[in-house]
Amino acid sequence: MLSKKQAKLFFLGGTVVFFLIFIGLSWHSLSVEVPKQTHEENLTEAVIRGKEIFDSNNCMGCHTILGEGAYYAPELTKVMERRGVGYVKAALMSKVPWAPKGRKMVAYGFSDDEANDLVEFFTWIGNMDLNGFPAEPDLKNK
Amino acid sequence: MKYRSQKVAYLFFALSMALLVLQIIYGFIMGFAHMGYDVLHEIIPFNAATATHKNLLVVWLLSGFMGAAYYIIPEEAEIELFSVKLAKLQFWSLALVGVASVIGFHFNWWEGRKFLEIPRPLDYLVVINVLLFLGIILKTLYSGKKRTTTAMVMVMGLVFAALLYLPGMIWFDNQTIDSFFRWWVVHLWVEGVWELIMGGILSFLLIKLTGVDREVIEKWLYVIVGLTFLSGILGTGHHFYFIGTPKYWLMIGGIFSALEPLAFLGMALFAISMYKKGEKRHPNKIAITWTLGTAIVSFVGAGLLGLAHTLPSVNIWTHGTFVTAMHGHLAFWGAYGMLIFAFISYVMPQLTGRKLYNTNLSTYAFWLSNIGMVGMTTALGAAGITQVYLERKVGMDFMDAQIAMEPHFMILIACATLFFTGVIMFIVNFLKYGTPTDQALVKN
Ligand code: HEM
Ligand code: HEM
Ligand SMILES: [Fe+2]
Repeated sequence: MLSKKQAKLFFLGGTVVFFLIFIGLSWHSLSVEVPKQTHEENLTEAVIRGKEIFDSNNCMGCHTILGEGAYYAPELTKVMERRGVGYVKAALMSKVPWAPKGRKMVAYGFSDDEANDLVEFFTWIGNMDLNGFPAEPDLKNK
Repeated sequence: MKYRSQKVAYLFFALSMALLVLQIIYGFIMGFAHMGYDVLHEIIPFNAATATHKNLLVVWLLSGFMGAAYYIIPEEAEIELFSVKLAKLQFWSLALVGVASVIGFHFNWWEGRKFLEIPRPLDYLVVINVLLFLGIILKTLYSGKKRTTTAMVMVMGLVFAALLYLPGMIWFDNQTIDSFFRWWVVHLWVEGVWELIMGGILSFLLIKLTGVDREVIEKWLYVIVGLTFLSGILGTGHHFYFIGTPKYWLMIGGIFSALEPLAFLGMALFAISMYKKGEKRHPNKIAITWTLGTAIVSFVGAGLLGLAHTLPSVNIWTHGTFVTAMHGHLAFWGAYGMLIFAFISYVMPQLTGRKLYNTNLSTYAFWLSNIGMVGMTTALGAAGITQVYLERKVGMDFMDAQIAMEPHFMILIACATLFFTGVIMFIVNFLKYGTPTDQALVKN
């Protein structure tokens, strides 16, 4: 039968081994692959300002982006492709709650500059290589 | 209770219960909003409600863990707590951070990072608070007579949990890297180091409640936490499928996260077999019920319902839908919510000397809350499947799919009412115990 000492060894040994593998893979991902997949060369000042606006208003508290966030409002990863610049800026700059089908968005009333930064941010996000996410709807009537 | 200083744990449990009630109220606000009644939009927009719901969850669970540590560590180390005064100070600063961040959320003061919304200045307060907590616990443990495996595993979990909070505090310009490190906190907490805390608390409860030999219980504790890290560390990869991270995570994350349920299966088998093996039957049956309950429901909510969407071929459809929320509710409730309820059920008679266990109220509290939560999980699952089908598979517009899901939120609210009733009964029973007293001290 397994002794307590062996059980302890299994725990400590396993932890160290898998932790080291995880650190190695994380390092490789972040230093080699992520810059390519996210096109870091296009990460401009405007994109960063856009991210700051996105972050400081907790947009993720209603929307998902890269599939992460809350489920109250649409996925924004491909929003530029889906809606285009005009629509997106209208929603962002609206002074009354934007509510196309009854559900209200907070009326941020962003300035033109702020809206442009967010558009840059969404455009950058939309061009990432996300390993196939979001998938094409496969039951859609063609 | 063996040491006077253990009484300080009570404060943390009281805070925990108060924040839980508030969390649930915000849950109702969101449930109604999803049903089409976003009536509080002007005062509490959805993002304020959701940030509050998720952060109160984390804070009431942490408060419960801290209370458990202040009770368990003196008893295991066989010494009074290093300083009750400092523990009280730590308590008030925890309450302050919790309340301040929730108020901040209502004034657009936060970071838009799911589960880690607490704004940066308050993060530093969290760090100081946790350092104080760990200082008191470690000082107690290392001045004590004994350092048992149960105590060591639990403290290791608490220390790692604190360390893992740090990568979540760094700002990254790249959304992918931001998200990458957010998972170091969120995933490595709930599917890693919190399981050590859970294992430690469970093992303490089983030693007290079943009378099985400590050596046997602690041996299996090592096996379980071994399985946790073996699967859970690389299992983080199940959050790195589709966020701009390399493809190899699909395979690594898929394989290792599919092994994660083993650790939860381990907890369930561990609790059940120790219960069967135990010859001495502790009179506090409701504590045993919650203890077995947390071990079993965590396996279902975290293990099985996690497995349901953890393979990349499934996750590409379900990622970021109500399928995730379905799993999130039963997992958090089963693994960590019920664990704290189990501990409170065990500890209140010890702290107050009153024997209010096995009352009708405590039995109904268990069943109503659990039946309600299973119902809520089912409703969220139905909403999730509808959403995946209509929005992701058929390609229906987001809001059209949401409107089709509204009836499921009516059921969610009905079941949440059952759940809330159960929780309130539990809290009424908790309050009936009154406050801890030195008369409950037992000499060993
Ligand atoms: C009356 C009870 C409750 C109701 C009505 C409720 C409702 C909700 C709703 C509507 C959401 C938001 C989903 C969205 O993003 O649109 C949510 C999120 C969440 N709730 Fe609750 N909740 C309740 C209790 C609880 C409890 C007791 C727990 C934990 C033990 C919990 C944990 C969570 C978690 C972890 C999330 C985030 C899930 C995710 O985004 O995947 N909730 N809840
Ligand atoms: C007690 C343990 C667990 C808790 C409390 C928990 C809770 C959660 C929560 C709250 C989320 C949503 C996170 C977010 O979007 O920010 C989530 C996501 C997820 N969980 Fe768990 N979980 C646990 C264990 C597991 C296990 C053991 C598995 C796999 C077998 C698993 C598989 C997943 C997957 C695949 C996702 C991502 C869903 C998506 O792509 O949207 N979880 N979990
Ligand atoms: Fe995870």
